[in-house]
Amino acid sequence: MIGRRGVVVVGASAGGLSTVEALRRQGHAGPVTVVGAEKHPPYDRPPLSKQVLSGAWEPDRARLRPDSALAESGAEFVYGDPAVGLDADALTVHTASGRRLHAEAVVVATGLRPRTLPGQAELAGAHVLRSLEDALALREELGHGARVAVVGDGVLGTEIAATARGTGAEVTLVGPQSAPMTAQLGPRAAALLADLHTERGIRLRLGTGVSGLCGSGGRVTGVRLADGEVLPADTVVVAIGADPATAWLQGSGLATDDGLVCDSRCRAAEGVYAVGDVARWHHEDLGSIRLENRTNATEQAAAAAAGILGGGAAYRPVPYFWTDQFDVKVQIYGRPTADADFDVVEGEIGGGRFVAEYRRGGAVTAVLGWRMPKQARLRAAAALNNRAPVAP
Amino acid sequence: MRIGVDEDRCCGAGQCALIAPEVFDQRDEDGIVVVLDDAPPEDARAAVREAASVCPAAAIGLDESR
Repeated sequence: MIGRRGVVVVGASAGGLSTVEALRRQGHAGPVTVVGAEKHPPYDRPPLSKQVLSGAWEPDRARLRPDSALAESGAEFVYGDPAVGLDADALTVHTASGRRLHAEAVVVATGLRPRTLPGQAELAGAHVLRSLEDALALREELGHGARVAVVGDGVLGTEIAATARGTGAEVTLVGPQSAPMTAQLGPRAAALLADLHTERGIRLRLGTGVSGLCGSGGRVTGVRLADGEVLPADTVVVAIGADPATAWLQGSGLATDDGLVCDSRCRAAEGVYAVGDVARWHHEDLGSIRLENRTNATEQAAAAAAGILGGGAAYRPVPYFWTDQFDVKVQIYGRPTADADFDVVEGEIGGGRFVAEYRRGGAVTAVLGWRMPKQARLRAAAALNNRAPVAP
Repeated sequence: MRIGVDEDRCCGAGQCALIAPEVFDQRDEDGIVVVLDDAPPEDARAAVREAASVCPAAAIGLDESR
């Protein structure tokens, strides 16, 4: 049981908020304190690269809950006060402003820090996209005629390229893979995505590394490719991945290895749990993994809450994410691999709507929906049996 | 309880339809949420609350006063 000292949640984004709500839903009526590094109440990140970046939404629409719902939760939310240390034995969180928060359970939900290129911080016009401020700063520079280079052909870079193109910008997407999101989609679907981007006027400059940024007078002027070629740009977005925000845990004695290392129940130590992008845990079907997916933040929060309250079970979700690019929604259940067979099982590629299954050794390892959300979900539930496929 | 959904926010993940299939469904053509019963009976409400809480797009609003 959790008593008077309650639960301290470090991180006030989707994972932190979901932890509060899961604790309440599961019957914890005692104190919960949430401390966040950002100055905002919990907001959602997926819209930052889409509706907020395009200007379709004002920033307030990205909020996850109105003030009334946060108040009803009975949790105390503290913003703009990053945690700077954790005493894992005493279960005490130290914050930048000098707060010392004692708890009976601590939940680490501190998310990610985007990687940058050398010298990026000194160059105006060179952006990352993680926070609301990042999205608004980048949005200022988009629009008709802007020359934008996006470095990074993963989910975030590809989405940003599509959104930027939608504002009328001249967009070049740069990355090391042969097609965008190959690592996430496998080669067949990635090739379709490449076609989509090309049809919509994005210039793909793929299969090449980036050696750095070019600048003049403190302003970015382009991207230097590995072969020495320079792509001129007024604005550069760097989306080359992100690292779990665990620096503040140095000295805590907790193990970090590309994430806070947890057992199968999302527990890093007695009374310490991790949730969301920052959590590396032992998935009983997939081994040691970390998922940077929106739905994982919420589902893992429920698993951690159950563990805190004395119940819980091994957390073994089917990995899931979606991406919206132009008018195409792609959804992925499971983990596609490059060597998997790729079979369309519903709809048609030529018709622009389909569901495909990935198979290895006859077993379905992933399901993809291309503009067929409901059908993809039902197929995935049937084919993956609500269980994650075995590790490759 | 009254349910309101924001179709513009809905991301089509279908978690609501998974958790409370008697109350939520998805459109066949684009996966957007469909409310089958906007005033769900008492025994469905716990699932509806969970669906609203875990919706990855915060697209489901509940009015508990009605």
